[in-house]
This record gives sequence, C-alpha cells and structure tokens, in this order.
Amino acid sequence: MDFVTQLLIAAITAGTPLLLATLGGILNERAGIIQLGAEGLMLMGAVSTCIVFIRTENLGLALLASVGVTALLGLVHAFLSITLRANQTMSGLAMTLFGSGFSAYLGKSISGNPLPGKLPRLHLDFLNPIPVIGPIFGNLDVLTWLSFALVIVLHLLIHRTSFGLHLRAVGDSPATADVMGVHVRLIRYGYVTVGAMLIGLAGADMVLTVAPTWNEGLTAGRGWIAVGLVIFARWNPVRALLCAYFFGALDSLGFRMQLLGSAIPPYFLKMIPYIVTILVLMYLGYRNRNKPSGTPESLGVPYVREQRF
Amino acid sequence: MSQEKASGRALPGLVKKTSGGRLPWRLEYDPSRIRTPWWTPFISVALALLLCAVFIYANGMNPVTVYLKMFKGAFGTSFGITETLVKAIPLLLCGLGIAVAYRISVWNIGAEGQLTVGAMAATAVTIYFPNLPGFWSILLMLIFGVAAGAFWGLLTAIPKTHFGVNELITSLMLNYVALLALDYVVFGPWKDPKGFNMPGSPMFTAAQSLPVLGSTRLHIGLILALVAVVIYYLMIRFTRWGYELRLIGANPTAARYAGIHISRHIIIVMLISGGLAGLAGMAEVSGVSHKLMQGISPGYGYTAIIVAWLAKLNPLGLVVTSVLFGGLIVGGFSVQTIGLPSSISEMLQGAILFFLIAGDMVARFRIRRGA
Repeated sequence: MDFVTQLLIAAITAGTPLLLATLGGILNERAGIIQLGAEGLMLMGAVSTCIVFIRTENLGLALLASVGVTALLGLVHAFLSITLRANQTMSGLAMTLFGSGFSAYLGKSISGNPLPGKLPRLHLDFLNPIPVIGPIFGNLDVLTWLSFALVIVLHLLIHRTSFGLHLRAVGDSPATADVMGVHVRLIRYGYVTVGAMLIGLAGADMVLTVAPTWNEGLTAGRGWIAVGLVIFARWNPVRALLCAYFFGALDSLGFRMQLLGSAIPPYFLKMIPYIVTILVLMYLGYRNRNKPSGTPESLGVPYVREQRF
Repeated sequence: MSQEKASGRALPGLVKKTSGGRLPWRLEYDPSRIRTPWWTPFISVALALLLCAVFIYANGMNPVTVYLKMFKGAFGTSFGITETLVKAIPLLLCGLGIAVAYRISVWNIGAEGQLTVGAMAATAVTIYFPNLPGFWSILLMLIFGVAAGAFWGLLTAIPKTHFGVNELITSLMLNYVALLALDYVVFGPWKDPKGFNMPGSPMFTAAQSLPVLGSTRLHIGLILALVAVVIYYLMIRFTRWGYELRLIGANPTAARYAGIHISRHIIIVMLISGGLAGLAGMAEVSGVSHKLMQGISPGYGYTAIIVAWLAKLNPLGLVVTSVLFGGLIVGGFSVQTIGLPSSISEMLQGAILFFLIAGDMVARFRIRRGA
C-alpha cells in the first residue's frame, strides 16, 4: 500500500470518533442547545464501554452501555438547559468536569487492561481488485459503516423531511415553531438525548479502534475538537464527514511522521490538530465576517413561551 | 415541565390555575428573581456530596469514612491546613482572572494553559539568567510569568474580537498546546543533566525561590494573591473601568450604545485574566515545586472555573471558595491512602457545578399555595 492510501485509512480510523461526536453536536445545536460537554460525554461513553466489555465480553452490551449512560447525561443537560433554562455553557462545562472526574474514578480498576476484542470488520472482498477504493473500503469496521449511514440519514432527515424542518425551526425560531404547533420542548429533549448518545458512541469507537484499552483522559481534547468541527462543518452532516477526516488525517500525519523519523519533536506534531482548529476557525470567521455564519438563530437562548425579548 | 405552562398561559395573580389540577400548591417561574439567595451554594455542595456518596457506596466504600478522611486530610492538621492554603493560592489567582473575564461574559477556560506558560516563562529566566541576585531574579521571573500568561490570553482574545471565534474553543485548544510545549521543554532542552534522566528542569537556587513561612511550604504568593483580590475589588467598585465592565456585564447592547468599546475591553480583560494565571504559574514553580516538571498543575485552571462561579464573582467569596477547593484537592490526595483514586475530588467538583447552576435556576421558581 502506498503512503496516500495508508494515510486515508488512518484518516478514516482517527476521524470516525470525531465524525460521530460532530454529528451528535450538530443535532444538539440544530435544536438550539449548545453542547460543550462533548469531552466529558466521550470519556463516559469510552469508560462504560470498557467496563462492560471487560466484565461481560459482549460487544453489543458494551456499546449499549455507552449509549445508555450518555443518554442519561444528555437528559441531565436537557433538563438543566430546557426545563430550568440554566446557562448552557456552564452546564456543558460541568458535564466535561464531571465526566472526566467520574470516568477516571470508574476506570481506575480496569485502567490499562486490554479489551477482550475489537470491532468486527466487514470484509468486502469483491472490492479488492479496485486500486484505491479496495484497500480503503474493503476492510472497515461496523461503526465506521454506521457513521457513513448516519451522515446520509441525518443529511436527508435535516434537509428533506418534515422532522428536519421542525428541528431547524426549533433551533432557529422556537416561538414561531411553537405557534405552528411544534412541540418545542419535546423536540429539544429528543435531539439533545440522541446527540449525547452519538457523542457517547464516539467515545466507544475511540477505545475500540484507536487505543484498545482505557487510560485516564484518553480522548485528549477530541471532544473539544468536535465542538469546533460543528462550527467548521457549518451544522451540515456531509461537511462534517469531510472535516472530521481532514482532522483525522492531521492527527495521524503527526504520528506517521514520528514513525518515519522526522526531525521535528513529536510534541510539536501533536500540537498540529489544535493549532489548525484555531486557524481554521479564524479563517472561517474572517471569510464569513459579513455573511450569516449558518449558526442556528436561537442557539443558546432558552425558550420561554410568551416571553418577549 | 408543567410549571412553564402555568406561568406562561396564566398571568401570575390574575388567573388561578394549578399545575396538575390536584395539588394544593404549584410551582411558578418568576423571572424577576435574578438575585439568587445566598444559601444556594451551600445546598449545592451538600447535594453534590450526597450524589457522590451514592457512587462511593456503590463502589463498596463507606462514604462517611471517605469524607471524614478527606476533611481530616485537608483541615485536620497544621500540615493539612498549610497544604490547603498552598493549593488555594493558584486557585485564587486563576479564579480571580476568570472572574474578571466572566464579568463581561468572556468564558475563559484557558487558565490551565496560561498558568503553564507562566511557569515555563519563569523557568526560562532561571535557565537563561542563572546568576541574578535574589530580588532581581524573582522580579524578572514575575514579569516573565505574567507577560507569558497575558500573551496566552491575548491569543484567545484576538481571534474572538477580530475573527469572531468562540473563546471557549480557542482557550481550551491553547491549553493542550501549552501542555505539549511543557512536555517538550522538560523532556528536551531544559532537562536537568544531573536529574538521572527524569523529566524536569534543574532545581531552582534559593535566589530563584519565593520566601516561605517557617518550615512549611506556604509561600509569599498568598500575600500576592490577597493583594490581587483587594485590587480587583477596588477596581471593579471604584474605577471608571470597573463601571464599564459592570455595564457590559449587565447589558452589552446598552453598553455599546453608550459608546463603550467592547472589543477593547475583551482584550484588556483577557490580558488580565491570562496575566493572573501566569502569575499563579510563576508562584507554583518558584514557591512550591522549585523546578519545572510535568503536571505542575493538577487541573488548577479547571477547578478555578468552579471557584469563580461558586463565589458568584464576589472577591470575599473567591477567597472562601478557593480555600474550600484547595481543601478538596488535598483531601482528594489523602483518600489515595485508603485505595481511592484522587479523581474523586474532580468528580465532586463537576457535581457541585451541576447542582450550582441548577440551584441558581430552581431558586427562581416559587411555590404558590392554593388552587
């Protein structure tokens, strides 16, 4: 395999957790709720997967655990920001702090233990003769395929169905949606919970593919990169795919250059994704300075029926 | 959820309507209650302790024993108390910086990185000017530490003011960059040649260390931090700048119409915020660890967020909460002796923040008697 193909495979592997988390973030923010707890949710998803997988050796149960735990945390965030109208920024920060502390606490007993298995891969042997596509798509794991499917489903859902219309209406103008008979609170609760579940799945994917063992704080800011990617992708699932793989490639490029014996110290290579996130967001801000950014209009504003602003 | 309908559809006092139709009382959202009662922080801390007690119990430990152990470790002995105060110094300095930024709704969560670069800059002084006399050495370290932290704050402020980039993301990304830079210098160019291959800079000389109280580890940074708190109070309360900050905090639109340059204030506030965190970093290396090494901050920058929020940006509150959280960190370390991870204190911090923001909003609901 040549370098480019290898890099593409690595970009997809490293990009899949970012993609899942970004999709979760997009659902949250399209409904008008800021989700800054992605880092904590990913850690909680990762640690619950590890614990259940090591205890039961059942991958399905492990994935279910990660989704279940993060759904509960998503409900907490929804309750705080929708019902209590609390500060969504602070609620997200609390989620991240609690998630990183609680996951370290829970994961102490299994820290460093190898997981009993990996994600099953789909071997599509009929693709093998095709030069670039064969090696890349012939051997991907199920969560990656799930993420592909999710991109398509979410794209169609958001842009082509009445559910998506309701979702966008709730994020852009909840008062109008409410007048039109859309149940604002129910929809927000639903998407915040589902979004949190996707972010939890991202954490699960991270331990199952990138680093097959639990370590304290193993996401190392990937959750925050996903928060940035939501903006970078302009709340669009298809763009999210491209952006996530771009960052996946950056991530693995640093690692690969280290393997090839590059003269640059590895610490600087590891900085690349963080610095690029900032630079890209600055570029987008500069380019879109006189244009609407695509942000859901009511993002972060609690909706109170009959309240005038 | 039904209380929202009650307050939304029926004007309070005009139309009587019960939430469920049966209860003798109902909850009502009162948006005019902006000032939260003074006791919500106490309730939040209590509920957080209760929630974490459930997790500790589920883990097969007695929560009472664990909390007593934490409390004794933090406040039970004179060693514990001075250690708690040592930990409170960076929390107070970072928390103060964060509080200044939060005044105008700039969510700086980059105190961790600003502290780290402050510590690195102070160490650079000891490496490149090793033979300065005591006073000048400390002064130069102080200036370098504050300047580096302020610069790191500026790196968050400029993208926000000129490019509209969310400061939460920038400041957090910069934390990771700072920590990786720290790893680079302690494993690379600044590694102590006589350090048995351990990562870390050479030990500071006596001239490069802050004076300490007697034989304890409590250093003069405490006084620096308290002076900073007093200056913060005076500046916010009595200067034109403080008035403008309060105005922006209360109503940014009105402030803009009044001709206040908000971008300039964001930059100033982030310079101060970063500078204070940088000062905390300088005080940590020069007063506590006496060398630069990995993990000079066990998450002070993140804990300081809760310190500032719990204190409701009030200067006296900042002093109290930073001592409380210093105790929480020391207590977290002391439970390690009975086989619990120190992350228990981090978990408690997150839970406290959860209950605190919930409590602030719950306090705005009031109970009404009668149907």
